[in-house]
Amino acid sequence: MTMEKTPVTDFATDFDHTDPAWVADPYPIWEDLRQRCPVAHTERYGGAWFPATHAGVTQIAKDTENFTSRTVIMNDGRPDELALPSPIGVAPPITSDPPFHQIARKLILPAFSPGAINPLEPQVRALCGTLLDRVAGGDVVEASWEYARLIPPSVIRQMLGFPEADTDVFIDIVHTVTESVDLPMDERIAAFEPIEEYFVAQIEDHQANPRDDLTTFLLNAEIDGQKLAVEHVFGTMILILVAGIDTTWSAIGSSLWHLARNPSDLERLVNEPGLMPIAIEEFLRFYAPVTMARLVKHDMEYLGVAMKEYDWILLGFPAANRDPAAFADADRFIIDRAENRHVAFGLGIHRCAGSNLARLELRVALEEFIARYPRFALADPDQVTWSQGQIRGPRRLPIRVG
Amino acid sequence: MRVVIDADLCQGQGRCFSIAPSVFGFDELGSGVVLVTGELGEGELELARLAEANCPEHAVEVRE
Repeated sequence: MTMEKTPVTDFATDFDHTDPAWVADPYPIWEDLRQRCPVAHTERYGGAWFPATHAGVTQIAKDTENFTSRTVIMNDGRPDELALPSPIGVAPPITSDPPFHQIARKLILPAFSPGAINPLEPQVRALCGTLLDRVAGGDVVEASWEYARLIPPSVIRQMLGFPEADTDVFIDIVHTVTESVDLPMDERIAAFEPIEEYFVAQIEDHQANPRDDLTTFLLNAEIDGQKLAVEHVFGTMILILVAGIDTTWSAIGSSLWHLARNPSDLERLVNEPGLMPIAIEEFLRFYAPVTMARLVKHDMEYLGVAMKEYDWILLGFPAANRDPAAFADADRFIIDRAENRHVAFGLGIHRCAGSNLARLELRVALEEFIARYPRFALADPDQVTWSQGQIRGPRRLPIRVG
Repeated sequence: MRVVIDADLCQGQGRCFSIAPSVFGFDELGSGVVLVTGELGEGELELARLAEANCPEHAVEVRE
């Protein structure tokens, strides 16, 4: 994508989450860091820290005094180049700090509460069925690219109230955005142009023809009697795309990857469908897709290291979920794990606002896949590829179903 | 025994009301709400303890 990077030789002093070793299998790296650091450092990205423990991740996630969420994707640029000034940020509320954060968050929470999300189950189920019909026939199904990838954007398109005829266009646009988050700033800005154009057209259409959907809701929302700034509406729409799509795609893909390699777990889910809600939480713990980022607000000693203003924090919720200090048998996948305080959706005020939707999509996507194919396995392990960056999941996942 | 949710700690993780829908519900923001505000029945107590053990924010507490 960009310049050639130097390979990492020691993740404790020079980590890089885009290094091929981290992309391929980060879990042994994190376990090693927990034992020797436990806060890893790198000069890359202009300086960054990675706490590898559940305790370290928890402390930083809940500390909005010393860390800002102004930008949450670690990159080579500096925050002010793209972001709106704190506390709003470019994609509120994920990029917002208190006190504005709570105002922006409360606006969108009702749209993602269980009361609003649970009724979507029949349409998510129908969508999964349609996608499975489309790939049916052969012995091998591309379970990531042709199934998991297509579920979240269709649901989001519907929630935002964009035309059904635009589904393919929308999926393309979304792809550009989610792929671009790791690019250099000028390329990111260029990548956003088509989506800005599309969104402006949709916003204008919704202003002319208001209807019962999330776009109309955001356009009508008010803070202190004032309509939201256009930048706020646009930023929240971008957030919903970036945060709601390749994250859930990744969770569905990782779970199917696990089941394709662990026939006893697959068999249990086939025989005990009631186990699914508990199993979902273990999939989320074990294969948590989302790593966030923060910026250090000021020079300070913290977790035993000397942090500098504007250093990055790579906030590894997936690493926290594998910490043996917080989970019994942390490195074992236990499909009926009864006690599971996993932090796949983050902790504190920035808890993933879309978690109820993500859980619904993950559960229904797995239920429908298993109902269609009660036995399946990896077609070719060498063909499985994994995403690079802060969202981890399989991007190619050929599964043998026949 | 009773169960309470600390509203300052609850972030709407949603674990309590999915584990124990007979004991917990949710409000319009998706925060957890205790439905059984009095003494818990035996089955309810077990579910409330499970919810307590699964809340990532440590917001659920079973107490005397």
